[in-house]
Amino acid sequence: MSRHVLSLLVEDKPGLLTRVAGLFARRGFNIESLAVGSSEVQGLSRITVVVDVEELPLEQVTKQLNKLINVIKIVELEPEQSVLHEHVLVKVKVDTATRPQVLEIVELFRAQVVDVTPEALVIELVAGSQRTAGLLKMLEQYGIRELAQSGLLAMGRGPKSITERIPRS
Amino acid sequence: MSSPTTPLPSAVRTPARAAGGDQHATRGPEPELITGAEAVVRTLELLGVTDVFGLPGGAILPVYDPLLEAKTLRHILVRHEQGAGHAAEGYAAASGRVGVAIATSGPGATNLVTAIADAYMDSVPLLAITGQVFSTLMGTDAFQEADIVGITMPITKHSFLVKQAADIPLAIASAFHIASTGRPGPVLVDITKDAQQETAPFVWPVKLDLPGYRPIAKVHGKQVQAAAQLLASGKRPVLYVGGGVVRARADDELLALADLTGAPVVTTLMARGAFPDSHPSNLGMPGMHGTVPAVLALQESDLLVAVGARFDDRVTGKASLFAPDAKVVHIDIDPAEIGKIRTAEVPIVGDAKEVLGDLASAFRDLGAQPAQPYAAWWERIRSLQHQYPLGYTPTSDGLLSPQHVITRIGEISGPEAVYASGVGQHQMWAAQFIRYERPGAWLNSGGAGTMGYAVPAAMGAKVSQPDRVVWAIDGDGCFQMTNQELATCVINDIPIKVAVINNSSLGMVRQWQTLFYDGRYSNTHLNTGHGSVRVPDFVKLAEAYGALGIRVEKEEDVDAAIRLALETNDRPVVIDFVVSADAMVWPMVPQGVSNSGVQYARDHAPSWDDEAPGSGVDPDFVMPAPEGGVEPVSEADAIAGAEER
Ligand SMILES: Cc1ncc(C[n+]2csc(CCOP(=O)(O)OP(=O)(O)O)c2C)c(N)n1
Ligand SMILES: [Mg+2]
Repeated sequence: MSRHVLSLLVEDKPGLLTRVAGLFARRGFNIESLAVGSSEVQGLSRITVVVDVEELPLEQVTKQLNKLINVIKIVELEPEQSVLHEHVLVKVKVDTATRPQVLEIVELFRAQVVDVTPEALVIELVAGSQRTAGLLKMLEQYGIRELAQSGLLAMGRGPKSITERIPRS
Repeated sequence: MSSPTTPLPSAVRTPARAAGGDQHATRGPEPELITGAEAVVRTLELLGVTDVFGLPGGAILPVYDPLLEAKTLRHILVRHEQGAGHAAEGYAAASGRVGVAIATSGPGATNLVTAIADAYMDSVPLLAITGQVFSTLMGTDAFQEADIVGITMPITKHSFLVKQAADIPLAIASAFHIASTGRPGPVLVDITKDAQQETAPFVWPVKLDLPGYRPIAKVHGKQVQAAAQLLASGKRPVLYVGGGVVRARADDELLALADLTGAPVVTTLMARGAFPDSHPSNLGMPGMHGTVPAVLALQESDLLVAVGARFDDRVTGKASLFAPDAKVVHIDIDPAEIGKIRTAEVPIVGDAKEVLGDLASAFRDLGAQPAQPYAAWWERIRSLQHQYPLGYTPTSDGLLSPQHVITRIGEISGPEAVYASGVGQHQMWAAQFIRYERPGAWLNSGGAGTMGYAVPAAMGAKVSQPDRVVWAIDGDGCFQMTNQELATCVINDIPIKVAVINNSSLGMVRQWQTLFYDGRYSNTHLNTGHGSVRVPDFVKLAEAYGALGIRVEKEEDVDAAIRLALETNDRPVVIDFVVSADAMVWPMVPQGVSNSGVQYARDHAPSWDDEAPGSGVDPDFVMPAPEGGVEPVSEADAIAGAEER
């Protein structure tokens, strides 16, 4: 299996997410992560999907997704030519003894503390999957109380845009 | 039924209109204010729809009121919504036009689901319109609420949920467009009751806004040339023709290409009629119950030109062992079909009609026409045809041979008739033993295999093609799933003919029990036929509906009954053909094995573990093909192919 990052430009219509997610489930493709939000064009949303499939099934996924009437464009983003980031919020147990150690890790990973109480810290990191995974691994020993992670967000590097040549209405 | 239909002031009622055409469009600065329900009817009329099948209920009731006024739209009241769905399918498949079915919310809508799934599998242009509960009640488990858009998402090409009257014309027009273009399919429009009741300005024509829908790809000229090259250099080509050729009505272009190249043609279950059975290049149907020449020609081919075919497992057998030496040219309007099962050396996305035309020109331009095209290949094929003609061994229990009955129906009714079948043994025999000469003559549920398709589909076909003879060739099992539509046929003067191939059993399942479960007949006896209690008695059932019921038990009565059916056009006809339960469908490729293991067996089934050839020549073997000239099989050849490759 190999990991592929797909960027979908879709019409912002009710049920759209069900259509996309349902298609993956129905055709037996595993979604590793999924992130949805608006794009720079009004009425169009952008979905970033990470799938774990071989080359040929990937072609099937793409073709089947393309058949969804509300899907306008699909681009596979090559990791080397793209920015791939995810967003992590993690709550860690601390006491006076461990707080400095945790803060040192936060520093090391260039993360941020966004909430402080005597017993816990909420730490935020926006980074590539490797760095977020590294942070979580280091924090494990202190006791992770809560974890929330976004799906991967992705964008091609350079001046080009996914909405180029998309008719804007 | 919670609230009454909003009464319309007569001032906004629209005058009589003819179907289609822009001249009826609302013009001028102030569009007319009409209800959503009226907009449904008017939009359908403006789209040129002339017939719809449906059944009302609370959530669709507003639409049924203006239907009374409709001048160019005929609504046919069915007895079950599944019947409306299959009728719309039969209507579409026989004519190439969009079929329309209407149902109420909840159970009305879910009753359409089977037909929608069927249309999805067989790429039938179907527009399903359902009523939905008030938008304010949606999500509350309101009376007769079902999330039909959600339920049908995996089995529709697309769907619309409409909550405002103003959105109705665009939604229906878009649905109609999507259903009928590209690879056709079912599209659902679910309309809340408040959207039907409220008024909105009716604006027509509408401007479609489907930026993500690009159904027609420009045909890739280089690929077409590559395909032509392969056809010119191939030694053992086969044109593997699927249902897409029927949907595209690309039969003329196919015929031209076949004549030009001289390549043999096989027509799948969905493609029967796409290429004339009378044509010497037609090897018949491939697949699980295909002819031996069709099955083995594909298997031994060095070049498959697949057109509108999708390498279904019923055709390929074990896909990894299918046509192992063949390069593949795959022509399909749906890019997702190309490479889905089998990698194509030359993929061509496009409409079959256009691509086949281009391919013929490209082939002609090559000028590479051998005097005797593919001579060695044809020699091999002719010998297969000689050794393994399509035929059957007559039954020995004194009951009718189903194959004979079906052959005679086809011969007496001719190629201009329409034949809709159910699912089971009778379906396979109808595909094998009726000779099809034109697309739209053969209707069946191929992809979904929906028992109960035949009667309503025949009804729909007869509505779209009133001048044609329309047969439903049905099984005693299938017939009991949807025969209530005989009432619809009688009341609405739709004189279809139903041939019940009554083997008193779920025959196809019984055949598998004979072959693979040691003859242990668990729950396949239906008690409808010879020597049984005959529940129901199909003749009485026909009569109860006001149809003509005939029972045929002797071979000498077969032709007369068929002729009587053909002469009877003031009501539907049901013929109960009491046939043997022991007749089996041959040839057969057992599931999950290579097609090279196709079994060509007669009088009784060979043991599947038996390495030895079959049981020898049967002197009674019947070959109904009019060409004749073929002789029975030699003993050593009774199991074809297995050793040959
Ligand atoms: C709705 C549905 N239920 C079950 C089946 C499984 N099935 C396939 S063929 C068949 C038997 C059909 O019996 P009949 O209509 O009498 O046809 P025969 O095979 O006897 O010609 C059955 C039960 C099916 N295809 N569709
Ligand atoms: Mg039967």
